[in-house]
Amino acid sequence: MKLAIKLAFRNLIGAGLRTWLNVIVLSFSFIVIIWMKGIITGWDHQAKVDMTNWQIGEGQYWQKNYDPYDPFTINESHAPVPVGFLDEIEKGEMEPVLIAQGSIYPQGRLQSIMIKGINPGQKLFLLPVHKLDTVIPDAIPSVIGSVMARNLSLDTGDRVMIQWRDTNGTFDAAEIYITEIFSANVPEVDQGQIYISLDKLRSMLNLEGEATILTYKNSEIPWPEVDGWIHKTKKDLTKSVDDLIKVKSAGTSILYFILILLAMLAIFDTQVLSIFRRQKEIGTYIALGYTRREVVGLFTVEGTMHSVLAALLSAAYGLPFLVWQAKAGWTMPLDTSEFGMAIAQTLYPVYSAGLVIVTILIIMTTTAIVSYWPSRKIAKMNPTEALRGRIQ
Amino acid sequence: MDNSSIIEIEDLVKRFPMGRGEFTALNGIDLTLRTGEFSGLIGPSGSGKTTLLNIIGSLDTPSSGLVTVLGKPIAELNAKEAARLRKESLGFIFQSYNLLAVHTVYENVEFPLLLLGLSSPERKKMVMDALEWVGLTDKMKSKPPQLSGGECQRVAVARAMVKRPSLVLADEPTANLDAANSHNILKTMENLNRELKTTFLFATHDDKVINYLHRRIFLIDGRIDKDEIVTN
Repeated sequence: MKLAIKLAFRNLIGAGLRTWLNVIVLSFSFIVIIWMKGIITGWDHQAKVDMTNWQIGEGQYWQKNYDPYDPFTINESHAPVPVGFLDEIEKGEMEPVLIAQGSIYPQGRLQSIMIKGINPGQKLFLLPVHKLDTVIPDAIPSVIGSVMARNLSLDTGDRVMIQWRDTNGTFDAAEIYITEIFSANVPEVDQGQIYISLDKLRSMLNLEGEATILTYKNSEIPWPEVDGWIHKTKKDLTKSVDDLIKVKSAGTSILYFILILLAMLAIFDTQVLSIFRRQKEIGTYIALGYTRREVVGLFTVEGTMHSVLAALLSAAYGLPFLVWQAKAGWTMPLDTSEFGMAIAQTLYPVYSAGLVIVTILIIMTTTAIVSYWPSRKIAKMNPTEALRGRIQ
Repeated sequence: MDNSSIIEIEDLVKRFPMGRGEFTALNGIDLTLRTGEFSGLIGPSGSGKTTLLNIIGSLDTPSSGLVTVLGKPIAELNAKEAARLRKESLGFIFQSYNLLAVHTVYENVEFPLLLLGLSSPERKKMVMDALEWVGLTDKMKSKPPQLSGGECQRVAVARAMVKRPSLVLADEPTANLDAANSHNILKTMENLNRELKTTFLFATHDDKVINYLHRRIFLIDGRIDKDEIVTN
């Protein structure tokens, strides 16, 4: 084996440009696959971090009627905060959010919204709701996201009418005052959402001490099951991201397949050509003391070594590129706020040793198979014909 | 030359399939070669000399008859044993040199020693000796495409001789060379035969080679027509 590696290396280096063309194509595949996998992993990581920071914390309790995809149930989705959680809320370990359905009337138009009541002193979410802790004459201080602001042509300091129904079903209306506009990568906290003080919303709805969602920030505490509330772990809450990443990974696998296929076609072509062009050489190896099986091994090692050289070349030019990308990130060409999913404008690829090792192993194994396939023909060659370079 | 035989052939027949029938390339060959001989198989194209050389070199097998090389019956060797015989005891020289084009002269000559698993210092010494025999020490970093035909064949001789084989089989070694280069190569091989006691067996129809041979075995249509010892 050691000899085959030594000879294969000599043959490859001696073949010059032909070898390097294959190696460059293969190394390009290495880099693109690792980079794209890194981007997907980075997106997954970023989406989960952003969701944790802006929306779900480390887990939540949902009032049993709450269904974010069914607006008709929203006004029935509230219940008194369980007594057992009051201490946690007091300590800042848990934050209650009350949700009501309402309408907003920007420039005389009507649009459905969710009015979310949240404690202005909370530290669990990155939402700048401390801006709610102010007094505005004849208006309710409120915070909205940048996508919502853009869609409704609202800006900081604007006043706009909102309408809601209280617990008795009575319609009521008031003016809100935009104290702050925030930017978040999580569309669910931005689009169609208006944040006001929890106490204010409770009094507007006549639902003192009630909440729709309870979010906690420490997953290491054994959170109990509570009657009337559904416990959602972080894994449950990020399932949509996991599903999306799975679909995205499957989609990009097609691209990996095409890339590897192109590289493998080049190797396969080289191997087939080699076996025809190098018949005399094959005969010479046999005359000098190789068995045909050993020559098959030599050609297989030679083909496989393309991927070893490609890995080394990738390390030379790809490593600086991948490191730079991990720092600078990849800025999406389109405005991601309209994508409707948790995705940042700039994605930072995340690479792992496992990703690099698995990618190298997959490419090396595929190259070995592609190299072996045409080399099997050598095993059937007549050495005396091969020595004369006669096509067999 | 001593009296021990290096090749013993009894009633060798070699047939090749041809269309629906068979073509008999060698028919009833009986031959014994002694260690240290400088001999040749002489005959026109199609007389069977290359086929006989290939069988002796364990690159081919007889259809019937017995061929024993260095005490080993060729027909009974499996692929591994035949490869070992070639690797350890035989040297080949071909008409078209069959050098490895992407390797340097040094690497080409070193190749049989790599197969034998010798250490780097041993290999280096033996390669340098072989290159000195053929007068190519100054070309050891060149690659075959940079050499003339005569130089290429000298590299092939060095590669065949570097491991000091018991038997060298040379198939039309001067066919692609001019007269001066042919004499040069033959002189070198004759010297090696004398100094190292290596047995040489040529396949040729070139008069330049024939004039150097100490034993001439004439083949016609797959049979030995004449076998003569040349005495100077």
